[in-house]
Amino acid sequence: MTNRLKRGALLIAGAALGVVLAAGGASAKPSEATGVGTAQAGATLDIYGMGGRDDVAQGRLDIANKVIESQGDKVNNPVGSFNAQAFLARLAARDIPDLVYMGRGDIGTYAAKNVLTPLANCLATEKIDRKQYRLAALQEVTYKGQLYALPEFTNQITLIVNNDAAQKAGVNVADIQTTNWKKLRQANKKLLKIENGRLTRIGFDPKIPEFFPLWVKWFGKDLISKNGLKAQLNSREAVAALAYTVSLINDHGGWNKFKAFRDTWDFFGRNNQVAADQVGAWPMESFYYNVLAEGAPVNITAKFFTNRKGGPLSMISGNGWAIPRGAKNPGLACKFMKAMTSVESWKTVGKSRYDLRKRQGRAYTGLYTANTVADVKLYEDIYQPVGNKDFDSAVALLVRAPRYAFSVPLSPASTEFKQAWVDAINRVLEGRQTPRQALDQAQREAQAAIDKAK
Amino acid sequence: MASVASSEAAGPPKGARRWLSGFRERETWTAYLFILPWVIGFLALTAGPMFASLYFSFTDYGVQQIAGIESTSRVGFENYRQLLDDPKIALSLKNTLVYTVMTVPAKMCVALGLALILARLAFAAGVFRTIFYLPDITPPVAIGILILVLFNGSTGVVNRGLELIGVPGPFWTTDPSWIKPSLAIMSVWTVGGTMVIYLAALKAVPAHLYEAAAIDGAGPWRRFVNITLPMISPALFFTFIVLTIAGLQTFTEVFTAYFGAGSTGAEAPDAALMSVVYLFRQAFEFFNMGFASAMAWLLFALIMIVTGIQFLVSRRFVFYQSDSK
Repeated sequence: MTNRLKRGALLIAGAALGVVLAAGGASAKPSEATGVGTAQAGATLDIYGMGGRDDVAQGRLDIANKVIESQGDKVNNPVGSFNAQAFLARLAARDIPDLVYMGRGDIGTYAAKNVLTPLANCLATEKIDRKQYRLAALQEVTYKGQLYALPEFTNQITLIVNNDAAQKAGVNVADIQTTNWKKLRQANKKLLKIENGRLTRIGFDPKIPEFFPLWVKWFGKDLISKNGLKAQLNSREAVAALAYTVSLINDHGGWNKFKAFRDTWDFFGRNNQVAADQVGAWPMESFYYNVLAEGAPVNITAKFFTNRKGGPLSMISGNGWAIPRGAKNPGLACKFMKAMTSVESWKTVGKSRYDLRKRQGRAYTGLYTANTVADVKLYEDIYQPVGNKDFDSAVALLVRAPRYAFSVPLSPASTEFKQAWVDAINRVLEGRQTPRQALDQAQREAQAAIDKAK
Repeated sequence: MASVASSEAAGPPKGARRWLSGFRERETWTAYLFILPWVIGFLALTAGPMFASLYFSFTDYGVQQIAGIESTSRVGFENYRQLLDDPKIALSLKNTLVYTVMTVPAKMCVALGLALILARLAFAAGVFRTIFYLPDITPPVAIGILILVLFNGSTGVVNRGLELIGVPGPFWTTDPSWIKPSLAIMSVWTVGGTMVIYLAALKAVPAHLYEAAAIDGAGPWRRFVNITLPMISPALFFTFIVLTIAGLQTFTEVFTAYFGAGSTGAEAPDAALMSVVYLFRQAFEFFNMGFASAMAWLLFALIMIVTGIQFLVSRRFVFYQSDSK
């Protein structure tokens, strides 16, 4: 072996060793995490989880960025949705983001494990009025009496009725309601369509497992206690709700037929299931009216999901902003999230969205936030009827819906709790268990997970 | 002559002594320097995490510990005991084994069939080899989505094809009885790599063996059974091992199709719950890292046992040319 070759080999090995040791040293170095206080001038606010950026998101980001930059600081906000695996990797590397954007349903799990910072100081320092936020949205991010996130959007659930399908099936739209379950089932049977043994239209889709809590709330009951520590999955009411909603699906020939057909829908496309006459009615989140407005022309009626007494009922969900424990710039994070959820920000982007839709010749179906004051301003000051009575009525309904909304209380094992009842419903849909058996098992699983996590 | 005699009396160095004696040579040092980057990479990125997970499997490691909020506590064999209590462990292992039993023979048979055809092709063999290999480079996530599209019970291409021959197709993606078969059938999509290995093995079979057999009156089937299969048995055994391990570790396609990246798993069927999928959910959705680590070691032990059995059985069925000496 020549000396040159030996030197080359040594150089390569040395360089590789250096890279590995340097990487190890870098990852082992803990970051300075104060957890409190305000940042020094020239700090960088590190944000994680802000994924899709349409005009409404970008408009508010621009406003919030200006707030931070006006005091000489910077914002680092890479595009990318929240991903638990990536977030854990950052925590492990002590590369803790200052601000995280995540689903409100996940907040409880992280809050219970002390990964998030309570926002009491943030609210006090920045003089954020928590009363401006919707109560149900606040409940979604409150754990053991402490607020852990500021809620942002709100997705409220209402019923969407395909008027054309109802007319063709000879069903009165008024009979497509959820107060009288017997009548709803009759309407479901009339609305569904089976041609040559093939399902071609779903009558009424109860949207289970996702919206199961809404069906239980029909009785005025919840799946979990208000403090999130006691599962109530196998209550008489939950069993009845599951049995009924499964019967609506089984009227179509069973879950396999129902699901296989539903999977073929062009859900976000122009030829969506309403335009293609593939569904009679179903409960759905508010964002879907935008899809319908932008698709092929449809003839719809928006209605409240009603409880057993006929009162309006809705369930909400959405995302929120939270500050991880150990964040280097919690003060900046607080300023930023205040700006993102403020009435002024919503008004600005609401006006821009309205102008944009007008220029495009498309319908403006409103913005629905977790900020009660902003919602009123957006509706009263910016919204103008689009001239399509179906969508105008829908918007009027959507604005009122959050008043009747509830959210599933947070639990220290939110993810496992939800998985327990989702699995139970799947077992019933697949015909492997009765509603009672499935929910009894779910109750045991969910309570065990909560007990372990609390 | 005297020196030669003494050398023969001492005999060649054996075992550790022989290995250590190699370090007297400069080339040995150079060789080790060349492989040092790999060794460091292996220790830091493979062996290190493996032993870390072994340690974590005896602890309550979770989000608090990852974030450095709480210290890690040892829990003894508690995580392993909980493996016995959790019915989904048995369910996921059963699903994984059933899927592996379905997919390994299917992939081997299809790959061998394609390789036999390609080995006989005189015209455009390279083109066909490329065409058959192309699906192997399809991203697993795309395959996961393809499963739902192709096997949809209402409008899927597979059922439409079956309808043409008068066979009513099942609800592949929703009926628990048909979920694993549809996944196994879809796995055959990626036989390209296995096929290339078989093709190389087939090309290495000496032609004179076939000529001699033909002279002795052996037909095509006899030649295949008595010459081809024994001669390519090392390749068959290698792919058998590799495909079995891959089957037991299946994740991406199943997760994409039924559990969805970032989804709530709202319609995640039990029939598709594979071991690594459940491990991932325990670790990154429920944050039970210690328990997930114990699951990983259970799966590791299972793979070792299965592989060990395969090696034992292989002694009877795998023919190495060096054995014929």
